[in-house]
Amino acid sequence: MPTLTINGAKQTFEAPDDMPLLWVLRDILGMTGTKFGCGIAQCGACTVHVDGKAVRSCLLPLGAIGTKAVTTIEGIGATPIGNKLQQAWLGLEVVQCGYCQSGQIMSAAALLATTPHPDDSDIDAAMSGNICRCGTYVRIRAAIKKAAGPHNV
Amino acid sequence: MKSSSLSYPPKSTSRRSFMTTASAAGLLLGFHLPIASAAEVNTTSGTNGAEGPFTPNAFIRIAVDGRVTLVMPQVEMGQGVYTSLPMIIAEELDVPMSSLMLQAAPPSDALYANPVFGVQATGNSNSVRAFWKPLRKAGAAARAVLVQAAARRWRVPPDTCTTSKGQVFHRVSGRSLSYGALAAEASAITPPADPPLKAVKDFKLIGRPLKRLDTPDKVNGKALYAIDIIPPGVKFATIAASPVFGGRVGRVNDRAARGMPGVNQVIVLSDLVAVVGDHFWAAKKGLDALEIVWNDGANANVNTAGIWSSARSASDRAGVVARAAGDAGKALKDGELVTARFEMPFLAHATMEPLNCTVDLKKNSCEVWVGTQVCARAQAIAAKVSGLPLDKVIVHNQLLGGGFGRRLEVDYVEKAVRVAQKVSGPVKVVWTREEDIQHDIYRPIYFDRLEATLKDGRINGWHHRITGSSVVARWLPPAYEKLGDFDAVDSAVDIPYDIPNKRIEYVRSEPPAVPTGFWRGVGPNNNVFAIESFIDELAKKADKDPFDFRLDMLGKTPRLKAALELAAQKAGWGSPLPARRGRGIAAQVAFASFIATIAEVEVGDDGEVRILRITSAVDTGIAVNPDTIVAQLQGGLIFGVTAALYGEITIDKGRVQQSNFNDYRMLRMDQCPAIDIHLIKSAEAPGGIGETGTTAAPPAVRNAIYAATGIPLRRLPIDRDILARRKQS
Repeated sequence: MPTLTINGAKQTFEAPDDMPLLWVLRDILGMTGTKFGCGIAQCGACTVHVDGKAVRSCLLPLGAIGTKAVTTIEGIGATPIGNKLQQAWLGLEVVQCGYCQSGQIMSAAALLATTPHPDDSDIDAAMSGNICRCGTYVRIRAAIKKAAGPHNV
Repeated sequence: MKSSSLSYPPKSTSRRSFMTTASAAGLLLGFHLPIASAAEVNTTSGTNGAEGPFTPNAFIRIAVDGRVTLVMPQVEMGQGVYTSLPMIIAEELDVPMSSLMLQAAPPSDALYANPVFGVQATGNSNSVRAFWKPLRKAGAAARAVLVQAAARRWRVPPDTCTTSKGQVFHRVSGRSLSYGALAAEASAITPPADPPLKAVKDFKLIGRPLKRLDTPDKVNGKALYAIDIIPPGVKFATIAASPVFGGRVGRVNDRAARGMPGVNQVIVLSDLVAVVGDHFWAAKKGLDALEIVWNDGANANVNTAGIWSSARSASDRAGVVARAAGDAGKALKDGELVTARFEMPFLAHATMEPLNCTVDLKKNSCEVWVGTQVCARAQAIAAKVSGLPLDKVIVHNQLLGGGFGRRLEVDYVEKAVRVAQKVSGPVKVVWTREEDIQHDIYRPIYFDRLEATLKDGRINGWHHRITGSSVVARWLPPAYEKLGDFDAVDSAVDIPYDIPNKRIEYVRSEPPAVPTGFWRGVGPNNNVFAIESFIDELAKKADKDPFDFRLDMLGKTPRLKAALELAAQKAGWGSPLPARRGRGIAAQVAFASFIATIAEVEVGDDGEVRILRITSAVDTGIAVNPDTIVAQLQGGLIFGVTAALYGEITIDKGRVQQSNFNDYRMLRMDQCPAIDIHLIKSAEAPGGIGETGTTAAPPAVRNAIYAATGIPLRRLPIDRDILARRKQS
């Protein structure tokens, strides 16, 4: 029976090795915060962290994860970066329908973990894999900068 | 934000808790999803009895403990109505936003019909527009009854009482009573039919950029969409319908699928195949392992070129005259006739949440979990398919992961119920993205012919013939019978320019095979694109600046004139730009809002279009929540830019050629322009905003390209080859 460490807790369950993490999370573990949008890693709605790196869980087979730490939208708020992003998201009222926003926040959190003060091209590079049909990109960009805070060079 | 789960237990201990007590914004609020049928939401005025809650109308329930539950007649699909509609009620009722619980309306045209449509539907940018007066009256009537109840108890005249934040006060004697304490007595009083409303100057909530009630749970994974609902014991299914429109299932070899772990059932219906499994992954693998031979049927040779050919010839015949003024025939012979034809393609909706519907069909009941813009129609189709009476069909409407008009249709509910008929226990039917894109109900193609003559630098004769499918005829036949296709000519019949002689016609031309439906922006999208593009060509003919040309003809539409002047000022209209850069205007009256938009673009030598900045000035009447207005315009403009740059669904051999986001391209962060929105303060009734930006962006961008390159594009999406090639020639 596979075991994963998700948001700091060990989860043991039954699932085949080739099952993408997205469906393990949603259908086996009932963690529906991570969303299904396209199934081919084109939209970013399924973004989670594996050892802190943003990964599209719709194409990540269970068997490839091993003991690496998985973080999802349900757990990111417990991290300082995740919490700051959620506050900024709400402060600037980024969200419209909200369906893409779990993936957006996870991609943004991975960006800020490596690039604490991203410029526009950093944000473009990190966030262009996340589609928002409602068109909240302007506010996402502003919220990332707000969460990053002032850059004292 | 508190959200109450439906009564099923979690699938595992790690399943997230639905209960939190405080949102990040400090608002304590509830999000109550209906568990029972409409019976739980009593709607008859004031006759609930002493024990029950106070339910003066279909929208408000006040419990004896003071909790205020608002029943939302319109659905939340990102446009913020789960905040703006509560603001309207709370303003007149005088309750704090933090005391509110929200409940999605159960299916009921009788109680929750949109006053404009006459059916329960969210769309056409009219949630706030249509419910502005009714919800104000609902709140004011409830408040009046609570005041009366308090006045009776205190034996004082009602006009000596005031209300604030959920309490009635009698200042002179220092007495107060909460609405909860008055709920039982209030139920015995008949609410007034026409209560006085607050003066606009006394608004405490309306007009303020209050934080949305639904967003806190949308940033932490807690908000539930229909695709997230997991009833106990549910099976997961996915489906495939005939790739060729209208085709049927021929035969299915399911041997490989049946042997796969996790696959429970293969269901073969006449027009679709479903695989049911322990999880979506098993269902999808099973579906992919099927060998299906389809009977393609009559539409196997339908293609986009043929569809366009039919539409173009259909447009040769005269249509139904939707509006006429003066003598267009005569005026069009007076001077040089300028003509243009505009072509707009099929478009898919591509909501981020793929279509899905969960059904628990039992012998005597049917329970449906879905995200729908038409709750009563979802109930009706489930009842029709299952053969059950309406009162045995419960529909739990969820937050929508995007609507854009796709969820105005109930085909995905119908298919889910038919699958459920073959499944024991609840089944969750989730479409793949490919199925979602290839079995959409598409924005139809439109072919617009425009002709005009000028006199003294202004338009004198005007003829606009619109050719395309009639969505209204299929979607709302009684309205079509009475009014014709008012949507297809929307923003064309009410063109804001002062044109003395005009004729606007509609030619109904249905494409073979392709189902057509409403797409964000509906009729105005196509008409404003054609009109505003043509206006720029006429301006050039008149040798006038596009801004001046428009301004001179907006004498009868001062609200749009003001918006145009503001947009031009903010966009720096007229200031010099380098080569291959241009600014373009789109000015429109649409959805009862007046908006002028100026796009600034740069066209590369390779024809690539970079949209640098979009400036919009909008007069949308009273802005219930100004922050929501800005957000809707930002989002709508991006939705429109996406369509202008990339949006095209093509048909070949009777099937849609696009399938997923790799070939149905979306605008992404790295192409997003800077967007500046300027709201014009107004005391007029609220206008619509959800679709306004979508309509504004394509013509503004097209005109900016025209200014930058001199090339008048006549079709969407923008053809980079034309822009590149001509540069070389």
